[in-house]
Amino acid sequence: MITSAPPSPRERLQPSYLSDGTTLGSWLFTRDHKRIALLYLFSITTFFLVGGTAAILMRLELLSPTPYLVTSETYNRLFTLHGVIMVWFFLIPAIPNVFGNFLLPLMIGARDLAFPRLNLASWYIFMAGAALVLYSILEGGADTGWTFYTPYSSTYSNGYVVAMASGIFIAGFSTIITGLNFIVTIHTMRAPGLRWFRLPLFVWSLYSTSIIMVLATPVLAITLLLICLERLGGIPIFNPNFGGDPLLFQHLFWFYSHPAVYIMILPGMGVVSEIVTCFSRRRIFGYTFVAYSSLAIAFLGFLVWGHHMFVSGQSIYSGMIFSLLSFLVSIPSAVKVFNWTATFYQGRIRFDTPLLYILGFIGLFTIGGLTGLVLASLALDIHLHDTYFVIAHFHYIMVGGMVMAYFAALHFWWPKITGKIYPEWPARIAAVTIFIGFNLTFFPQFLLGYMGMPRRYPYYPPEFHFLNVCSTCGAAVLGLGYLLPALYLTYSLFFGPKASDNPWRATGLEWQTTSPPPTRNFLEIPVVTREAYDYDYIDSPLLADKEAHDD
Amino acid sequence: MNWLPFPPEASSYSGRVDTIFFSLLALCFVVALGVFGLILFFCVRYREGSSAPRSAKRPHSAPIEVTWMVIPMIIFLVVFVFAGKEYAYMYSPPSTGTEIDVVGKQWMWKMLHADGQREIDQLHIPINQDIIITLTSEDVIHSFYIPAFRIKHDAVPGSYSRFWFRAVKAGTYHIFCAQYCGMNHSQMIGEVVAMAPNDYAKWEEQGHPASDMVQSGETLFHQVGCSGCHAPTATIHAPLLEGLYGKPVALQDGTIVTADRQYLRDSILLPNKQIAAGFAPVMPTYQGQLTEEQVNELVAYIISMRNAQTPVEQRNTAP
Repeated sequence: MITSAPPSPRERLQPSYLSDGTTLGSWLFTRDHKRIALLYLFSITTFFLVGGTAAILMRLELLSPTPYLVTSETYNRLFTLHGVIMVWFFLIPAIPNVFGNFLLPLMIGARDLAFPRLNLASWYIFMAGAALVLYSILEGGADTGWTFYTPYSSTYSNGYVVAMASGIFIAGFSTIITGLNFIVTIHTMRAPGLRWFRLPLFVWSLYSTSIIMVLATPVLAITLLLICLERLGGIPIFNPNFGGDPLLFQHLFWFYSHPAVYIMILPGMGVVSEIVTCFSRRRIFGYTFVAYSSLAIAFLGFLVWGHHMFVSGQSIYSGMIFSLLSFLVSIPSAVKVFNWTATFYQGRIRFDTPLLYILGFIGLFTIGGLTGLVLASLALDIHLHDTYFVIAHFHYIMVGGMVMAYFAALHFWWPKITGKIYPEWPARIAAVTIFIGFNLTFFPQFLLGYMGMPRRYPYYPPEFHFLNVCSTCGAAVLGLGYLLPALYLTYSLFFGPKASDNPWRATGLEWQTTSPPPTRNFLEIPVVTREAYDYDYIDSPLLADKEAHDD
Repeated sequence: MNWLPFPPEASSYSGRVDTIFFSLLALCFVVALGVFGLILFFCVRYREGSSAPRSAKRPHSAPIEVTWMVIPMIIFLVVFVFAGKEYAYMYSPPSTGTEIDVVGKQWMWKMLHADGQREIDQLHIPINQDIIITLTSEDVIHSFYIPAFRIKHDAVPGSYSRFWFRAVKAGTYHIFCAQYCGMNHSQMIGEVVAMAPNDYAKWEEQGHPASDMVQSGETLFHQVGCSGCHAPTATIHAPLLEGLYGKPVALQDGTIVTADRQYLRDSILLPNKQIAAGFAPVMPTYQGQLTEEQVNELVAYIISMRNAQTPVEQRNTAP
């Protein structure tokens, strides 16, 4: 139900951020949060392609139980590349650095982030880290897995571990800076009247995410530094032959990497809240609970790292405590799912592409979450740990959840970002294709996991053949699904009809400025007088009359 | 072709693990069906343009929120208890059973039976007997995984992990390495052969190892020079090992530890890690001079002396 519109009169007063400077320099040295968001968008799309290609190559090898396409050595480098690129150079920056950057100032009625120069610096730091990682890949890559478990990574691996770890180390600073920038911006730059509990839930989720970014990422930096120290300087921190402790690495790594899972998924949850309300034309059910659940996830997320180590030899009592806490951390996520469901109640639901992706998100995220409970159950984790069940579980969260939310956001805010309208039907077809392809790829992996197939196996016993073939077929459908948006979105950039300022009739402040917004975001800083998601008001006949008079 | 190769329930607890799994799965199914059903129902009933009534009044959310937080919490607690109990059971070996030492190495599994038999990538065991595994690795972290038994444990270099199982169904089952360990990780596959007791006895007969673990350990004890200091007749002031295993040991720094396998192992390879009270830190490390299997043999020998009397009078006569 997008309506195209003639250029609004305001636009003639201020050029949009897209037309405000067309030289390469105007992009590379911009301090505009919206342009920086697009720099991130191009970068992470490239990395998504790189990581996706590695995934396709792995799935092709797995078509056969025996070697036929790549050697073990290559396969090990492929899954390392896939993990490193997808986690640190796609998933973590995806929603915060692209949509967070673009939307946060717009949503809170600010002209930019608190530290625009730092924001630009974060992109350069990110790219420097990425360059180092890409260099290590071109030199031959590392074969440690994205988890860099010691003592393999610190003593035994002969890949380019130091280069790759340094790249991630550097990129981490970009994450920290972004988190800091967001926190300060949310605290100090909200428009008049925009009290904390009037904030859009996407902002709440960004706030929670930023807290994790600032607190957890330094631990990753320390951990990677220790590996580099051991590899280069021979300091045997993780080497048991000299009294080092290989499990210390796992504690440190997961102390970062479990919260990092929430860096990846929390912003996606924020997107869901925005879109569910808009397309059911309802105020969100239980606003405060949804807002606080983000903070609860950020907090509890720091206390469950040990559930990655149930079979590593930690004491039975540690296992018990981490298991219990892992069940607890699922409560705030469940609260979100229940509240989204309740928001649909008595709504006026429209099935445009963003909502289709969000319905996909809720379904897949729920399955991912429920299978997480299976893995949190201690006795079951003994059997399922390090099998394809785990792979399927986190892809349901990361790809089924997070990437679906990313695509939902891309379509929902596309008119705002580009000022163009994407074609609805191809977009709907792509959403359904991705959903089907995803399930075909990853559902068989749950079965493979319970059958006992371990992860990171290029070659496997023949009884796992059939399910692996299913999974690879699904990956082909999924890959096609991902290509479709690239085609029609590019098409819409050049040939799409012009978007109106508020094509979805949504409540957020970002919709009150032009599409695309001017460089300074707003002609006048808006004054907020209502709660977020007051769809009763925006849809009331009274308001429609008023608008007619204003025109 | 068997497209869904469900792993056999071949250990004493695999049936219970499956029961917990399928019960939880059923529960998840109900929850998912409830949520998805509701969403679908709302999507149809409250689609734009439908004539379903919408009231302007909004339900008060707090009681509903509390309900859907508390109910899952209670259910989770129940699941936690069942799964946790089974975990503690699987990872707490019984006090007696057939002891087998397993050493992981890039990229093979080495099995050391107490009677001295050695196997690589194969593990013959009798059914209906408790098998206690002491697991370690001589290089990187591996993970010893038998899907048919629903058991897995990481093999961590530098430490001994102990767990147990009892096979209840004769047959040959996969042993996988589940923790990524380098180039040929996916070829670190072995098999466990669970045999009826008389078949197992026959297999045991064929082996004829020259000496069992304890005897090999004793030979080694003299060969590599342990006895030079630790034998009752030695003149150097070193802790005696008779009756040591399982006893509390007072350390230099005032802490008290139990002399378990890990302690014995560390004392051989990292002698400065825990100095027994009253002794000078003069023991040289055996790091790099003994193979993992030799350490296992020495530990087995020291354990075998657990009931031996400490020859106090000899120690007292030493200078």
